[in-house]
Amino acid sequence: MILCWILFIPFVGGLLCWQIERGRAPGSPPSTLPRWIALISMLLILVLSLWLWFVGNFTLTGGSVGAAPSWTREIQLPWIPRFGISFHLALDGLSLVMLLLTSFLGVLAVLCSWKEITNRVGFFHLNLLWIIGGVVGVFLSVDLFLFFFFWEMMLVPMYFLIALWGHSGSKGQTRVQTAIKFFIYTQGSGLLMLVSILGLVFVHYSQTGVFTFDYIALKETPLAGPVAFILMLGFFIAFAVKLPAVPLHGWLPDAHAQAPTAGSVDLAGILLKTAAYGMLRFAIPLFPHASAEWAPYAMVLGLIGIYYGAILAFAQTDMKRLIACSSISHMGFILIGIYSGSTLALQGVVVLMVAHAFSSAGLFIISGQLYERLRTRNMMEMGGLFGRIGALPGFALVFVVASLGMPATGNFIGEFLILFGAFPVVPWVIVIACGGLVLAAIYSLILMHRVYWGEPSSEASLGGLDTREYSMLMLLVVLTLIVGLFPETVLSVTQSAMIEVTHWFAAASSSLPTS
Amino acid sequence: MTDFSSQFVAILPALLIAATIVAVVLATAYQRHHFRVATLTVLGLNAALLSLLAALTVTPIEVTPLFVIDGYSVLFTAIILVAALACSTLAYAYLSTLPDRREEYYILLLSSTLGGIALVSSQHMASLFIGFELLSVPLYGMIAYAYRDHISLEGGLKYMVLSGMASSFLLFGMALLYAASGTLSFAGLLDPMAGDGALHNWLLVGVGMMVVGLGFKLSLVPFHLWTPDVYEGAPGPVSAFLATVSKVAVFGVLMRFFVVAPSTDDHLLMILIGVIAFASMLIGNLLALRQNNIKRLLGYSSIAHLGYLLTAVVAGGALGVETAGVYLVTYVATTLGAFGVVTLVSSPYSGTDAGSLDHYRGLFWRRPYLAAVLTVMMLSLAGIPLTIGFIGKFYAIAVAVQSGLWWLVGSLVVGSTIGLYYYLRVMVMLYLEAPEKGPRDAISAWGRQSGGIMVILLAIAVIALGIFPQPLISLVDAAVFTGGG
Repeated sequence: MILCWILFIPFVGGLLCWQIERGRAPGSPPSTLPRWIALISMLLILVLSLWLWFVGNFTLTGGSVGAAPSWTREIQLPWIPRFGISFHLALDGLSLVMLLLTSFLGVLAVLCSWKEITNRVGFFHLNLLWIIGGVVGVFLSVDLFLFFFFWEMMLVPMYFLIALWGHSGSKGQTRVQTAIKFFIYTQGSGLLMLVSILGLVFVHYSQTGVFTFDYIALKETPLAGPVAFILMLGFFIAFAVKLPAVPLHGWLPDAHAQAPTAGSVDLAGILLKTAAYGMLRFAIPLFPHASAEWAPYAMVLGLIGIYYGAILAFAQTDMKRLIACSSISHMGFILIGIYSGSTLALQGVVVLMVAHAFSSAGLFIISGQLYERLRTRNMMEMGGLFGRIGALPGFALVFVVASLGMPATGNFIGEFLILFGAFPVVPWVIVIACGGLVLAAIYSLILMHRVYWGEPSSEASLGGLDTREYSMLMLLVVLTLIVGLFPETVLSVTQSAMIEVTHWFAAASSSLPTS
Repeated sequence: MTDFSSQFVAILPALLIAATIVAVVLATAYQRHHFRVATLTVLGLNAALLSLLAALTVTPIEVTPLFVIDGYSVLFTAIILVAALACSTLAYAYLSTLPDRREEYYILLLSSTLGGIALVSSQHMASLFIGFELLSVPLYGMIAYAYRDHISLEGGLKYMVLSGMASSFLLFGMALLYAASGTLSFAGLLDPMAGDGALHNWLLVGVGMMVVGLGFKLSLVPFHLWTPDVYEGAPGPVSAFLATVSKVAVFGVLMRFFVVAPSTDDHLLMILIGVIAFASMLIGNLLALRQNNIKRLLGYSSIAHLGYLLTAVVAGGALGVETAGVYLVTYVATTLGAFGVVTLVSSPYSGTDAGSLDHYRGLFWRRPYLAAVLTVMMLSLAGIPLTIGFIGKFYAIAVAVQSGLWWLVGSLVVGSTIGLYYYLRVMVMLYLEAPEKGPRDAISAWGRQSGGIMVILLAIAVIALGIFPQPLISLVDAAVFTGGG
């Protein structure tokens, strides 16, 4: 039942925010009430997920890998019996980590827009909370119909967030166009996934005569070669767009550059992670054989992403675009890790997802704070900010260093585990991927250098950080360090889930003649 | 019950509509009174809707060789009656300031509805043709009802000419089928596989000509050219009627014809229908991209939606009929809502309708709930989860996947992806900064009008059935299985 609470709190909270604003006379100054409601609902789900973490048992049930993942909690209610669709939520270690991340970044997203968003506050928080609700749904649902339902549903509020509160863009790119681009990319690829889901369901139906969308039942569907491969591709493309993997990344830099800060935090921190989660939860377990066949190509795509993203990042002058392009590069590592099929690398993927969420959220929040003070995101117009803006450059340094994978930060652990775990499987891929780390160092330091060092345009102080800003950033720094220094906190929770994925994937790989 | 009385009960809905027509004519002749006539119409439609419950007790039943009343026809009659009710509700506010005679509108609307009911229950060429004409002829008058506005008149004339052409195609097709089979009932037509080569060709050409005739009414590509002009020219409530009642009725008979008549079991024919569906999805969506008039945009989008729906005909089978039922319900609810909002913004009548997208700019900040309704409808047309449109699209893809029609699946995916662009354009327009002075607006008390209440109810239904579609599915299932089409 607690899963339902976590799922529905954001939706209800969002409606409340909207209705409260509706009741106010037009023209009066925006009320802070919607912000508080949003904050309280986010804190509620954070507390509930933390509670789940403390009481949950995340070891393998029976000590060995079964056919079904070992859920810690589960709830199943009938929904559309005509097609055997049920409202089926379940939680294991992987979902729990994602849930914690979502709720935490949800709190941050509300906090970081406290001053930035001044018009249509209630409607803004409606959208923000519904995104979180949709993402929570994605992380918890184990019925494919339900999963798709939330997967598509979270796009609509994100669309509004970019279209209505975005920054009017650069060079003829309006925020509305960007929002439409984002929506078409993700929705179009989502439809391919829907076709694949239906294909899988009908294959299952033709074999058993039972309509079902349930993950466990469909996982047992034996699939023959080309059919499985095509169905798997439908899933993969949908996830690859969201991840994003080159060449399906076209929407990401624009969406990030023009989204409001809270939107960027949500995008980089959790929306991108839904893709990796989808691969780990659905694409690989449902189609282990086809995934094993596809793995080399996926890893090549990851490699291309690492280098292409880094080179793109290098060329940007817009601060948020730079961070967005660096995400493409980092997601390349995640793609390689996922398809390498070693438990160690998969654990690294989880840690990197968490750490990347923290560091990119930190960087996006910082660029939002800079924008509030300077009204620009163009790095050419910045420079020499160190010493003029309180503690902000110091925080920026920490996140930049984290993003380039310095030891003691979570990103280091993640990348190291991925490289270390995948090396025995695909040595050459890893050797080439390591080169990406050098590029990461270059573009990260360029970001640092252009913005904070160099000739200051004036000596006047731009105003330091207030308590809200300071505590948000401090919290992120602490978490980055905790993940970096005590990675066991994350690893122990996801261990059993990752062992299961590896197990299913390895069983398929070993039966493959050519790999 | 005796044979006669049960047949009487079965066609009670149609009889009630006919009686209402007479009553409205008499009331108008006695004394013109807009409110009284509108009330009579609504009462008649509601009575017919209620009498469907009685009709259900005797289904399935043949009423003369011309009509069959089964679960399928009851379902479609119900959709038609509800849509007609919605259209007359919308029309009331719209017509209240029309500087002309208003009462005749309701006579035309009821006659057209009667034609629709005849169509969906017909199992014979003669009743098909009667229903078809009874549906179309009043529409000429309805489209040109605001004839002082020249685009309305132009739309009416265009529709009349093309409709006449469609009818002649239909008649020619029927004649060929009759010449080949010697009967006019659907079930008696010959199977093209049974005869020799010449007979095969005759039957094929006959069915093809009928498809052309029906395709005009459904505005399928390549017979779609009239659609945007007529949708734009017709008064708002008439566009709504045209997009819902007339399409549902014609599609209903098309589906029955393809399921019942053996002459349609032909591979080539199915490929042809598939090509029409394919072209409708892509061309409808592509042409909608550049529209700046919401009524034209909805016209093109209806072309695309009928294309999606045609997938069900190509696929056939039990799931095909179920898909047709579910999809039509979703399409009708959504289209009525969208045209309802357009009509409310254009009501009361004051010249050309508020079609241009500029009228809707910033609507959310002036009429939040009305804009929210239109947003829901646009999302539903685009097939986004939480709305009923998603369920419809889910069915369309499911039926295409089940039958292995991969090229139609492909065009469905591509078509809906293109479609997103213009639906989103309309949607975001509602939320942008409002211009200094809104050009047209719904009256501020729109929510207390019957039309306003109706669109809000539709929006609630669209969302509620989008989240819990099972009641809708059960309803359609029941209708399909008792009748079998």
